[in-house]
Amino acid sequence: MFMIFGIPGPLLFGQLLLGLINGAFYAMLSLGLAVIFGMLNIINFAHGALFMMGAFVSWMLLNYAGIGYFPSLILAPLIVGIFGLLLEKTIISRLYKLDHLYGLLLTFGLALVIEGLFRNAYGSSGMPYRIPAVLQGATNLGFMFMPNYRGWVVLAALVVCLSTWAIIEKTSLGATLRAATENAPMVQAFGVDVPRLITLTYAGGVALAAFAGVLAAPIYSVNPNMGTNFINTVFAVVVIGGMGSIMGSIVTGFALGVIEGLTKVFYPQASATVVFLVMVIVLLTRPRGLFGKAA
Amino acid sequence: MLEIKGLNAWYGESHILHGVDLEVREGEVVTLLGRNGAGKTTTMKSIMGLVPRREGSIRFRGAETIKMMPNHVAKAGIAICPEERGIFGSLSVTENLMLPPVVAPGGLDIDTIYQLFPNLKERARTAHGTRLSGGEQQMLAIARILRTGAKMLLLDEPTEGLAPVIVQQIGRTIREIKKRGFTVLLVEQNFRFAQTVADRHYVMEHGKVVDMIPNHQLESSMDKLHEYLGV
Repeated sequence: MFMIFGIPGPLLFGQLLLGLINGAFYAMLSLGLAVIFGMLNIINFAHGALFMMGAFVSWMLLNYAGIGYFPSLILAPLIVGIFGLLLEKTIISRLYKLDHLYGLLLTFGLALVIEGLFRNAYGSSGMPYRIPAVLQGATNLGFMFMPNYRGWVVLAALVVCLSTWAIIEKTSLGATLRAATENAPMVQAFGVDVPRLITLTYAGGVALAAFAGVLAAPIYSVNPNMGTNFINTVFAVVVIGGMGSIMGSIVTGFALGVIEGLTKVFYPQASATVVFLVMVIVLLTRPRGLFGKAA
Repeated sequence: MLEIKGLNAWYGESHILHGVDLEVREGEVVTLLGRNGAGKTTTMKSIMGLVPRREGSIRFRGAETIKMMPNHVAKAGIAICPEERGIFGSLSVTENLMLPPVVAPGGLDIDTIYQLFPNLKERARTAHGTRLSGGEQQMLAIARILRTGAKMLLLDEPTEGLAPVIVQQIGRTIREIKKRGFTVLLVEQNFRFAQTVADRHYVMEHGKVVDMIPNHQLESSMDKLHEYLGV
């Protein structure tokens, strides 16, 4: 067995992969948060609950309707996205004229309600979701064995993150979104239905969270608290990357996952806090985040 | 084409417009003259629906628009080039130019726009619209609304703070778009400039239109005008 810095290679790479997986979820979730924050000026505390709903909806599709993993990857984000659309239309849109704090409180409350409802119906012990047959097994990469499903998660997350980035930075729809983030009344005066754009942006951010939830279902057990476990770290990622920065959330998400993974190898005691340590350092040296623009 | 009667507008508690009446006929270039704070910009924003509260009547091509959201006013065929220009820093020059959706056929195509504004063609690849000079930003703000097919243009102080040579270029542009059948409502502080482009001038004071001077009478109305504008 070969060693790196006195650590067995397979252990190091194993943790690195775990870090990448967590990083993939951080990236997808903080990306949705960043898009929503940019457009709605709301810190969406319900994001973790909507991620959890994505996992639950795919579990329900499988167990009640016999619809498998791959269709779920499309259907669950669609269903949860429509749920997000209704939330925005009926509740969240009433808060735009108020202080940020109200949006934060409202979405935090929504998260508690949604998680409570699922806990009531399904308990909190969690339910398994089988890895689809084609993604079972592992591949020998030479230096380590990589479970196929985990490789798939990293790949799918990368594709989704980069596509989202490309849509926002490279298309005319994205240009309209960026312009509306900067000066919404002006964009509306050009004939764009900005309220509808805001609703669709929220639904899109929510669909991203739900997509991450479907990817997470076979790795973590499907349970009502799975979002809460992630969301604290994800908020730290958003703060570190810089509020509202798209590429910032992606890079920071993956990087912090890896840093967390490596800390587990070299100094396991700090693995739960290292992200927050980074956050403190970044906030002290660059208060608007690594990729944030000056206000 | 645009008929405004008894227009009142408020920002919060402050009552800015107190019954504005004016009319712009198809193909005309009409200016709003007046001192700072007379309500010229607020009139422009009220037409577009960009003030928090407005009352009265604004009819465009016969249809009442006073209750419309800004996006519906835009769809009806009115476009604004705001005082602060409204160029987006997170968009490239080309993205800024292409941002306003086309609302009707008959807008200028990109080639014609580049002919009118050769500078914009040179700067098309600039990554941030706000990197352009003030004059170039003003050209961009005018150019992008010529694309949309809107035939009623609201230009809010397009010459403010610009070098004389650029002011001349904007003057040529306004005469050119008038020739192409656009209708323009123009806010100006500089009546010498307004004189070179406009058919008629409305004078505003304290949130009201107090006078209307046809362009050919401008010279003979100089004393009156100096009093209005305090110059």
